[in-house]
Amino acid sequence: MTTRIVELRQGILKKNDELARGLRSQFEAAGVLVLNLVSSPGTGKTEFLQRTLREIINSGAKPAALVGDLETDNDARRLAASGAPVRQINTHGICHLEAEMIGKHLQGWNLSDLDYLFIENVGNLVCPSSYDLGEKIRVALLSVTEGEDKPLKYPTLYNSADVAVITKIDIAEAVGFDRASALKNINEIRPGVRIFETSAKTGAGMAEWLAYLADLKSTR
Amino acid sequence: MHELSIVSSIVDSVTETLAAYPGAKVKEVRLRVGALASVIEDSLQFCYGIATEGTALADSALIVKVLPVRMHCDQCDQDVEIVSLQSFRCPRCQEPLSDLRQGRELEIDSIEIDEVEEKV
Repeated sequence: MTTRIVELRQGILKKNDELARGLRSQFEAAGVLVLNLVSSPGTGKTEFLQRTLREIINSGAKPAALVGDLETDNDARRLAASGAPVRQINTHGICHLEAEMIGKHLQGWNLSDLDYLFIENVGNLVCPSSYDLGEKIRVALLSVTEGEDKPLKYPTLYNSADVAVITKIDIAEAVGFDRASALKNINEIRPGVRIFETSAKTGAGMAEWLAYLADLKSTR
Repeated sequence: MHELSIVSSIVDSVTETLAAYPGAKVKEVRLRVGALASVIEDSLQFCYGIATEGTALADSALIVKVLPVRMHCDQCDQDVEIVSLQSFRCPRCQEPLSDLRQGRELEIDSIEIDEVEEKV
């Protein structure tokens, strides 16, 4: 018996990272802007996305969405009401989306026909941050009902965000939302990140968000 | 709880590597895990015992080296270590930092194996 050290020096999620890289070049070649939406369950990702899809369609551009949940196609049906093509990904117990699931669920779609692809991740503030889905922009959402210190509690996720969205601001006053503290906490974890304050219900802040998307799309 | 899928990936990668060392038994698997990698060592260890059962990795030790978060500070013109994950600021000059240099690693560094000696 001899003991030997074998150096591997390889990423544990190498397979996912390779698939994500492949997806990213596919998205870039097709000219579709891909965003990955992450937050805890109940933040209002679906409501926010439904309004985003509807307004993008009204502006004449073409969005599509993939939505991840452990079970049910309820969210896909809600999103499809916007008129955009939508597909549900059921993970059956897995707490996050992986690049392989994205690739599989894109089959049959012509990406070149799309301007935007939104991926609504499984509601979870821990696991999705490890899995690259080939997105260009990772959006971390936080609702006014969740507590202003959430970014401090889940720094691994908020630190990986390219942009932050605060949802449900129409009820901010009723739930005693401390806006200054929420903005400060997001900035402590992800200094300088662009923050949108929105309400999918009243439409507040949506114009700024849509202008940001259109700007990203045009500068590609 | 994505630690089980992470551990399954580790078992797959190590098993692949072992193909070059027939009959070898794994003693240790050494990981490098960044403090921002969203992985909890206790959960990894718990899942490791289960996922390695009946494989060439059975009864091996999982050694996790945690790498601190390091970011570049333009003001100080050097990489600095972030002491608290609740504040991404330079510990020297308090400048907010966004240029991450270390902390998201999730890697298998090396494995230690007992090789069966070939008969001459």
